Amino acid sequence: MLSHLGFYSLVFSIFFSVCIIFLSSRSVYNKVSKNVNIIYSLIFLQLFFVVFSFSCLVTAFLISDFSNITVYNNSHTTKPIFYKFSGVWGNHEGSLLLWLLVLTFFLFLFFVNSKKQDLKYKLLTVIFQEIIILGFLLFIIITSNPFYYLNPIPKEGLGLNPILQDPALAIHPPILYLGYVGSSLIFSSSLAATVNKSVNSNWAKDVKIWVFASWIFLTLGIMLGSVWAYYELGWGGFWFWDPVENVSLMPWFCLTALLHTILVLEKRNSLKNWTIILSIATFSLSMSGTFLVRSGILNSIHTFANDPSRGLFILVFLFFLIVLAIIIFFLFTEDEKNTSKGFFLISKESAVLINNWFMMYFLSVVLIGTVYPIFLEVFTDEKISVGAPFFQKLMIPFLIPFFIFMSFGPRLKWIKDSLKKLNYYQITIFIITLSASYLIVKYSGVKYLFSVLLISTSLFLVYNSLRDILIKSIQFPQKISHFAFSILILSILINGIYSKEFNSNMKVGDEIVFMDKKIKFKSINFEEEVNYKLLKGNFEVSEKGKSAMVFNPEIRIYNQPVISTSEADIKTNLFNDNFIVFTLIQESEIFNVRYQHKPFMVWIWISIVLLAFGGAFAIFKNEKKN
Amino acid sequence: MKKKINFIIIFSLIIFIFITFIIGLNKNSTYTTANITNVNIENFKSKELFSDEIINFINPNFKKKITILNIWASWCLPCRTEHEFLINLSENKEVILVGLNYKDKTENAKSFLNELGNPYEKVLIDDKGLISIELGAFGVPETYIINNQEKKIIKKYVGPIDEIKSKEIESLVKS
Repeated sequence: MLSHLGFYSLVFSIFFSVCIIFLSSRSVYNKVSKNVNIIYSLIFLQLFFVVFSFSCLVTAFLISDFSNITVYNNSHTTKPIFYKFSGVWGNHEGSLLLWLLVLTFFLFLFFVNSKKQDLKYKLLTVIFQEIIILGFLLFIIITSNPFYYLNPIPKEGLGLNPILQDPALAIHPPILYLGYVGSSLIFSSSLAATVNKSVNSNWAKDVKIWVFASWIFLTLGIMLGSVWAYYELGWGGFWFWDPVENVSLMPWFCLTALLHTILVLEKRNSLKNWTIILSIATFSLSMSGTFLVRSGILNSIHTFANDPSRGLFILVFLFFLIVLAIIIFFLFTEDEKNTSKGFFLISKESAVLINNWFMMYFLSVVLIGTVYPIFLEVFTDEKISVGAPFFQKLMIPFLIPFFIFMSFGPRLKWIKDSLKKLNYYQITIFIITLSASYLIVKYSGVKYLFSVLLISTSLFLVYNSLRDILIKSIQFPQKISHFAFSILILSILINGIYSKEFNSNMKVGDEIVFMDKKIKFKSINFEEEVNYKLLKGNFEVSEKGKSAMVFNPEIRIYNQPVISTSEADIKTNLFNDNFIVFTLIQESEIFNVRYQHKPFMVWIWISIVLLAFGGAFAIFKNEKKN
Repeated sequence: MKKKINFIIIFSLIIFIFITFIIGLNKNSTYTTANITNVNIENFKSKELFSDEIINFINPNFKKKITILNIWASWCLPCRTEHEFLINLSENKEVILVGLNYKDKTENAKSFLNELGNPYEKVLIDDKGLISIELGAFGVPETYIINNQEKKIIKKYVGPIDEIKSKEIESLVKS
């Protein structure tokens, strides 16, 4: 019953999409506004039916209605209610429905919030957004219907993959989708503004809020994913350059570039075409992400579905949108009179452009590293996996000039500024940070010259962002986000350079010394929980002059499906994370124990939250002003 | 005019990427390896992962019929998926499995094997990736099937071993 209701609401929504596109096109063509109220009600009705359909799926999960195939495949009666709920988007079909829900919701928000806007621009945005919605509706109904009916009804479900049963992962997809889908609205509205020839400061002011909002959600979404990887996978890292991680990072680089460029458009009415290109690219990259993840074309731990027909559908749809965007771009844009050539070298505009170049460089490195294996396979039949060394080698050297540039860029004024900022004072500070980091690096046993340069430039950046806080002419949100970014970079570097790990096979009762620390494997307990059994290890790590730390990592054996996972026990404090994770070695009493020491780990999370907070504050300030 | 040229360039680029992706989607994951078969295998020396001894790859102790040389790394995700097939293959009495650990951290490599099981008789370390280059490898994972008597590569597989390939290898061992 629920499945039928959910399915038919989706079919209804298709009907609404077609109506909205038809009515809006007619209104744009005839330049009449009498249909606006009807369109408004239709958008609302469509939102209502999508919400209803989504609620049907949620309810089916909550009451464990196994007549629905999605519920049967991904849920189980013994699962805690929270994971029953998050199970809705823990699979391909449900997550697409969530994606659709956000799409329609954002369009509704846009329509309500842009009452003051030019009608033609507004209707064009609705048309483009409805084309995207229609595409996703068809995709869901044709290839990924979450409402298939099972008969006879199974008694029990197959269960949710245990590594997905984690609080960070439960909210990771929805947050990330808010970011991805937000970029769809930027895409639609930038195409609309191009057709309407209204790419100007006013448009920038209007679309800015969507850029900021998508950026915040994308930033937080990526962070939650990496929090999950860090805590749940127990590999001791937070970023693995896995294709699916890269795919979320690419739109982030693009969106970060757009975030800066849109300000130039707003304040100086310049860089119009570049802004449009970035808007199109951001959404195209988000969509390509979906394609790469869902089609199974890439090998990755995240791959949900290996169904080529799905891949084909998204691919055709994605390229339809890209081609549409490019045709519109070339047909309607005019050559800019006020281009970047008119910028003074030392000005905020140029600083933003340089920022964009860096972002585009980082983006291309990630893009090439991610899609190169696909191209190689197609042309030469070879299958390879591009690992972390590739990305690190190509990105790290460019971080040094990037940090130095970022130390000065934000302080420059619009139109024209002077080089006075680079005075003896700054040079002294730079030498101090250089020697400080040389000492740090030397006395901590790391031997790379590169590390000295990296740490000193990032310390220099931290110092300068701190000093920027005192400068009145810089906007408060910018101060926060830039400062947070400098802390983020510093924490990542220190974490990367000074992380230590120790790995050994131990029995109960064994004791091992590592880095002035004594690690003792004291005992092991067997316990039982609702949907899993667990082995709880008891470790004690003691250091001279400090009280001993007790670690209780777990090995969980889930009942449905039968999978064992290792839960690390992580002790976090302000300066470092220590953690122990252990795994069972088959047919023996020996366990593989891994102890990790990760400095400044918590600061990575704190600074990302702060970074996003800066963005949120900008939106808040913007709303207050209007 | 300039605009038109730009448009044509970008448009053809997009079509090119589109076609590549379409082919990529429909690609069957079997590989032709005809050109590498029947090549003599060169000996090489390297450190063993667990014992730390320097050993020869062509080892007089390897008296069985077939040697399977598998290039892998703990950071390589496809290696994870092929691992169960390697474990199955290692149970074959005619076969010796040798691992070549490509550009990896020793600890990570060890814990990878501890977690998933160790199918290898010996694991040689290739931390700089030079041995793999000399073997003619393009990336990880890669698997060479070597006839021990003739010291020749019978077949080479690029990419992870799956069910089809592992059956193929077993039939190669029998023949």
